[in-house]
Amino acid sequence: MQIPHEYGAHEARLPEPVDPNMINAPIPLGTRLDLYRLQQQMRQFEKRAYDLFLQNLVKGTSHLSIGMEAIAAGVGQAMRADDYTFATYRGHAHTLARGVPMGPVLAELLGRSNGLLAGKGGSMHLTSVERGVMGSYAIIGAQLCIACGSAWSAQFRGTDQITVAFMGDGATNIGAFHEALNFAAVFRLPVVFVCENNLYMEYTSIFDVTAVEHPAADRASAYGLDRIVVDGNDADAVYMAASSAISKARQGGGPSLIEATTYRHGGHSRADPGKYRPDGEVAAWLDRDPIPMYHQRLLTLGVSEADLDQVQRDVADEVEAATVFAKGGAPPQADTALTDVWADGGSSWRN
Amino acid sequence: MTTMAMNAAIRSAIDVMMERDDNVVVFGEDIGYFGGVFRCTEGLQAKYGSERVFDAPIAEGGIVGAAVGMGAYGLRPVIEIQFADYVYPGLDQLISEAARLRYRSSAEFTAPLTVRMPCGGGIHGGQTHSQSPESLFTHVCGLITVIPSNPYDAKGLLIASIEDDDPVIFLEPKRLYNGPFDGHHDKPVVPWAGHPLGEVPDGYYRVELGSAAIRRPGDDLTVLAYGTMVYVAEAAAEETGIDAEIIDLRTLLPLDTDTIEASVAKTGRCVIVHEATRTSGFGAELSATVQELCFYHLEAPIERVTGWDTPYPHAQEWDYFPGPARVGAAYRRVIAA
Repeated sequence: MQIPHEYGAHEARLPEPVDPNMINAPIPLGTRLDLYRLQQQMRQFEKRAYDLFLQNLVKGTSHLSIGMEAIAAGVGQAMRADDYTFATYRGHAHTLARGVPMGPVLAELLGRSNGLLAGKGGSMHLTSVERGVMGSYAIIGAQLCIACGSAWSAQFRGTDQITVAFMGDGATNIGAFHEALNFAAVFRLPVVFVCENNLYMEYTSIFDVTAVEHPAADRASAYGLDRIVVDGNDADAVYMAASSAISKARQGGGPSLIEATTYRHGGHSRADPGKYRPDGEVAAWLDRDPIPMYHQRLLTLGVSEADLDQVQRDVADEVEAATVFAKGGAPPQADTALTDVWADGGSSWRN
Repeated sequence: MTTMAMNAAIRSAIDVMMERDDNVVVFGEDIGYFGGVFRCTEGLQAKYGSERVFDAPIAEGGIVGAAVGMGAYGLRPVIEIQFADYVYPGLDQLISEAARLRYRSSAEFTAPLTVRMPCGGGIHGGQTHSQSPESLFTHVCGLITVIPSNPYDAKGLLIASIEDDDPVIFLEPKRLYNGPFDGHHDKPVVPWAGHPLGEVPDGYYRVELGSAAIRRPGDDLTVLAYGTMVYVAEAAAEETGIDAEIIDLRTLLPLDTDTIEASVAKTGRCVIVHEATRTSGFGAELSATVQELCFYHLEAPIERVTGWDTPYPHAQEWDYFPGPARVGAAYRRVIAA
């Protein structure tokens, strides 16, 4: 449908209604409470990151995933602690989903010495090898090929670890996406590719630059993979799809490609008001916010409002503590930038 | 004449060339409807239509490759790589195809494309939004490499680049889009309005490729700089009181060796400044060139002030960035030598 728009007429893409059967999905209530907590963590963390940006404390740009939490939560919850994740530059939630503590992540955004990478990475390059978070990638699609390598490694070593590689919809048009899918399919690698289709490749509608309706799922058949499209604003739907794909990969069944449909509540990056999006579209997706929907579902399932409030308050405390931790970190010394370029720990190419 | 910021001057150059030549087409990521991350193509799609100004998928190899084919068959594509850091997936098309098409077809085929890309740091972009990859291009035979430092030059050089029959890499120091940044990052942005080189003719003019400009005449030493470093070099001259002759190279390849040689022959001393990493950076080529041309005039070793030999750091941006203090210290050493 067309919705009149200040800068022209873009076709608005409105969300599908929530699947009424998803409440009956075979997911234990404890798992659902975990999914709720994860989504709360991601949402409240991102809001705080935005506040700190407005206070000029975040160094450089940052790309928030407010509105997209159900995907990172659903996939993260379906993973095992020793599995691997590759994240996008919109990757704060992907990182938190693996249990990386908020404090060091926030400190990294602030470029402090107590940050996850002591200030060397920043918002777009969060990495925690300890938690299997093998980095977030700001070069579109690069992580997809690398994820094939980590999956290959697990297969070669005979472990049953799987790899998850997140990507945005824009990544489906770069060569690396196609190379990675073919590679993974040929070698039946234990990797799950998760496309977060938020309908916009940076500042441009993905539909304007893609030959097919579903940028990831409609390409799956080219690599012998199933066409999987899930509601990316329903953590249960994502959790079910991810669990199934992960289980298949762990058992030697090869790769999967999941396309999860979602929406960014904000713009592409910190300063972008996102005005290239039709107003009616934004409003419709705000109504399909994954978190209030999930809150309601838990109430329907018998969880008390008081218990859910408690989760929100606990998370708020966690974010507050992380903020104190991050703000308390000193800026890194200049000479720490000169470490770890080479295997000897230094940065000099001369003898 | 109109006062323009550098991004407006770039937009004006494209506009002028689209008006003059129907074969000029413009494409890249987010450059059409949205108008580009740095607004360099704002309004062009509305003016010229989406057949000549269009959004490309995120696919740098595809973007460059398509431009090579367009150029070979009569068009003059002006493409944008959203950040220079994103060009690497397109390097194969640039190096193996665009740069060599003329040579291997005995000049029957050419690739008259212009590849615009914002480069350099100063915006806390970290390692994937801050790089200065110019020496990767100057190392490839067949690519012209241009890097303007102000709105006037940006427009004239871009017009000359679009008209050139060889492929041109057009690097735009992103810290200069809005004003002449001298490395004092804690001071407010100085706009182009009020700067003489922010005055830009509305219509067509060329700044010829391969010609350097002397930004500040001086007798004590020669400074070879380009892009953002021109203003850092000027600030360092002012702050040290050293009478530096500052040369803005404007085009790295072809290089204006006449201007360089004449200046170093006069001053006998040379400092080279660039933001890119040091080892195998363009400063190494410049240093070798000065030595070859001016050896008997040199009274001191040539110094290079550059970014560190590390990936562009996130938190330590202003330590990595060659600011006026580091450049001024080099002036003093070269004068004292």
